Amino acid sequence: MADKKKKEDDSGLPFSPDLLELLAKFQEIELEDFELEAADLELWFGAGGMPAQLLPPPKVAPAVKGKPSELLKTRFVPPIETYPGRIVEVKLGATKGEGGTRGRSIIIGGETSPAFYTFERPVLHPPVVTVDVFDMEVPLSKAVKMHVKDVIGDPAAWAKLAVDKFGADMVTVHLISIDPLLKDAKPKDAVKTVEEVAQAVDVPLVIGGCGDPVKDADVFAEIAETFAGERFLISSITQDMDVERCAKFVKKNGHVALSFTPMDLNLARELNRRLYDFLGKEDIVMDLTTAALGYGLDYAFTNMERARLAGLMGDIELAHPMSSGTTNAWAAREAWLKMAPEWEPRELRGPLWEVTTALTLLLAGVDLFMMMHPAAVKTLKEIVNHLLSGKKADASKFADWVSMKL
Amino acid sequence: MTEREKKSKAGVKELSPIDVYKLLPKINCKECGEANCMAFATKIVNREVQIDQCPPLLKKEYEKAYNQLKEMLKPPVKEVIVGVGDKAVKLGGKLVMYRHEFTYFNPTAIAIDVTDQMSEEELLSRIKRTEQFSYEYIGYTLKLDMIAVRSTSGDPERFKAAVKKVSENTKLPLILCALNPNVAEAGLMAAPKARPLLYAATADNWRDMAELALMYNCPLAVSAPNDLDMLMSLTKTLLAYGVQDLVLDPGTFVNEGLADTLNNFTMLRRAACKAGEELAGFPLMGVPMVAWMNKGDLAEEIVKWREAYLAAMLIVRYADVLVLHSIDGWSLLPNAVLRQNIYTDPRKPVAVEPGLKVFGAPDENSPVLFTTNFALTYYTVASDIENSKLNAYLIVVDTEGSAVDSGVAGRKLTAEKVADAIKATGIEQKVKHRRLIIPGKASRISGEIEELTGWKVQVGPRDSSEIPKYLQEKWQP
Repeated sequence: MADKKKKEDDSGLPFSPDLLELLAKFQEIELEDFELEAADLELWFGAGGMPAQLLPPPKVAPAVKGKPSELLKTRFVPPIETYPGRIVEVKLGATKGEGGTRGRSIIIGGETSPAFYTFERPVLHPPVVTVDVFDMEVPLSKAVKMHVKDVIGDPAAWAKLAVDKFGADMVTVHLISIDPLLKDAKPKDAVKTVEEVAQAVDVPLVIGGCGDPVKDADVFAEIAETFAGERFLISSITQDMDVERCAKFVKKNGHVALSFTPMDLNLARELNRRLYDFLGKEDIVMDLTTAALGYGLDYAFTNMERARLAGLMGDIELAHPMSSGTTNAWAAREAWLKMAPEWEPRELRGPLWEVTTALTLLLAGVDLFMMMHPAAVKTLKEIVNHLLSGKKADASKFADWVSMKL
Repeated sequence: MTEREKKSKAGVKELSPIDVYKLLPKINCKECGEANCMAFATKIVNREVQIDQCPPLLKKEYEKAYNQLKEMLKPPVKEVIVGVGDKAVKLGGKLVMYRHEFTYFNPTAIAIDVTDQMSEEELLSRIKRTEQFSYEYIGYTLKLDMIAVRSTSGDPERFKAAVKKVSENTKLPLILCALNPNVAEAGLMAAPKARPLLYAATADNWRDMAELALMYNCPLAVSAPNDLDMLMSLTKTLLAYGVQDLVLDPGTFVNEGLADTLNNFTMLRRAACKAGEELAGFPLMGVPMVAWMNKGDLAEEIVKWREAYLAAMLIVRYADVLVLHSIDGWSLLPNAVLRQNIYTDPRKPVAVEPGLKVFGAPDENSPVLFTTNFALTYYTVASDIENSKLNAYLIVVDTEGSAVDSGVAGRKLTAEKVADAIKATGIEQKVKHRRLIIPGKASRISGEIEELTGWKVQVGPRDSSEIPKYLQEKWQP
């Protein structure tokens, strides 16, 4: 990795001098485990051509009786299905014309086929990435920290970095400091933080709470009112909050609710039903809980895949766009721990852990990814772009991997 | 509609124990180890046992029933065995398209490539690293499965020598990769009884490859890059030719080719599982190592990164075997774990029984820790405490199967629940002290736990791998 100059890959598309940088930096930092300045804190968010081998032509086996001597031509019939249901479209963020101040709004959802079954139907809205920004110091793995160390404690600067440098479509402001067990910051402090971030970047915002059902509701209420019309995604509304109160201030002020449940589709349906009393379907995104690769990703994957298929099959209570707290990938010790030399460097293993978690859930149907590491963000966005490029594979270019010399 | 179609419409899940029971001998002989034929039938339907485990059924008089059962239980994706002996791998054998519909069998086999132009030293080193790859993960040992030998020389003698060298040094099943039948045959001659997967029959060489597969009794891969009509035509032809064990390679492509790659795998698997298309009913092969093609001066880390994410997407989207080039632990580990996750049986409960677990021989001064009853959390913590060889009590709190962090966030892990567990387990009669070590990730509720239980809380490590060290340094009876 000595050579860090801008490189282009064979597609001719500029492939990420940044990505190379992001992955390369690992050589420059000292190795050290988690820094736990805020150790008492937990985060949970919510064939073409064959090779021209110059050999005598192989001896042709004589046609045996009963064995075909010519290719038996047939066709593959693409198995196309139709579905009675459709995932609702949800608009996040609002421009001036739409009643907010954002530079653009983003629509997610609208699927009429399982994730990336583009042989069946095109993808209407590409999945988007919102990058985590914290309002105070939090425990971060070294692999992440080295990219954000200059902006920790300054959410506005962090948001700007996420948008300008990491390619974030959106930004999530995690209001950790409001936690009564931590700084117990007042709602007006949280409003100020959001104000700063909203000034610094013009992408749609996600407003993240601290996990305390009462405090979150109080803070969300204040923010919803102050930023009426912005269509912020309020992350999140849970079963043990005052759902009616929350749904009402979300609706009244023109925001969107993130309906969060702990990996149980029945609970997800139930919470969505409670929200329907006050909110339109187009005002709800759901988070079915993301577990890390190696720490329950199988449950998360299957839960989301089931929810999406159910939504397409007409279960309207599950026909909402899905959000994933993909950052939870870093809860896996293999993502951050210094391990034996054969598994190093963790500065590559860690972000790949986040990418792998994200891709698994991308294929289950997630529409909105809450992510952290810039290389993981960049990779996911590139893959989505490739998947939606509408281009055909150049089969001839990849046909002869057998004789490829490395 | 063919018979197969009707059957697959009925689906695996609808197969009832009664359907199976009707065809069993119904003599309750218990020779299979089950209490009676109905119990055996239930296990058959759950794919926990094979019909061959019923000795009477193998007798001549039951031949018809046996064949009917075989047909009834036939997976829509054929199971193809590569290699011989203990290390042989089963590819495919999938019953369903989506894992929640039943469960996935036969985890995606991962092959690492070597070539006939590598130095002996490099070749042996790659074999050794492939064999020695090993990672302990919640009671499983994650391993690699196969070696793919590629002919980059195009020279039959050279390929033969390489295959000979490889088979002398590993028992792992082989994929012999040479598109020229003369070269392929030379490779097969060096491993005549090893039942390697022969790669591959193409539009240009299918007849010769079919002859080789029949002569050496080995499974045959079929390659038609991004041409499913050709792939199906070749499959149909090879089946008619008498080659039964096929593995289909629709092509793996990077960058803009990703969409076609995923679409081809998805369409083939859906055609097999949902539309009863028998020609698609074979294991699928993915080749993430195409990431190394035309790499130009791209940094190796980027290529490995790309190869790794291609592999991840194909593990999720139906690949039954993958060929990889990178052998770096950082790039292989996420996929080894992902494969284990995706192939975990979703029918298994998420939660373990709450209560008190005892490690070693604890006494009244031994440490008391707690964790949640989420299976993964519990097994991770339990194995870390076991490894410490220390004496300890572990209270498993009923969090309805939530992990510590999500349990705290979702209020499934509360001070009340911890207090209840302390009472229910009777730990207060077992130890003299009143000090509870709580997970680092539950530190938010430490104050509440102290208030409710009267126990003094010690906040333990955030990751249970540090429990042994923690207990040694921070626990004083």
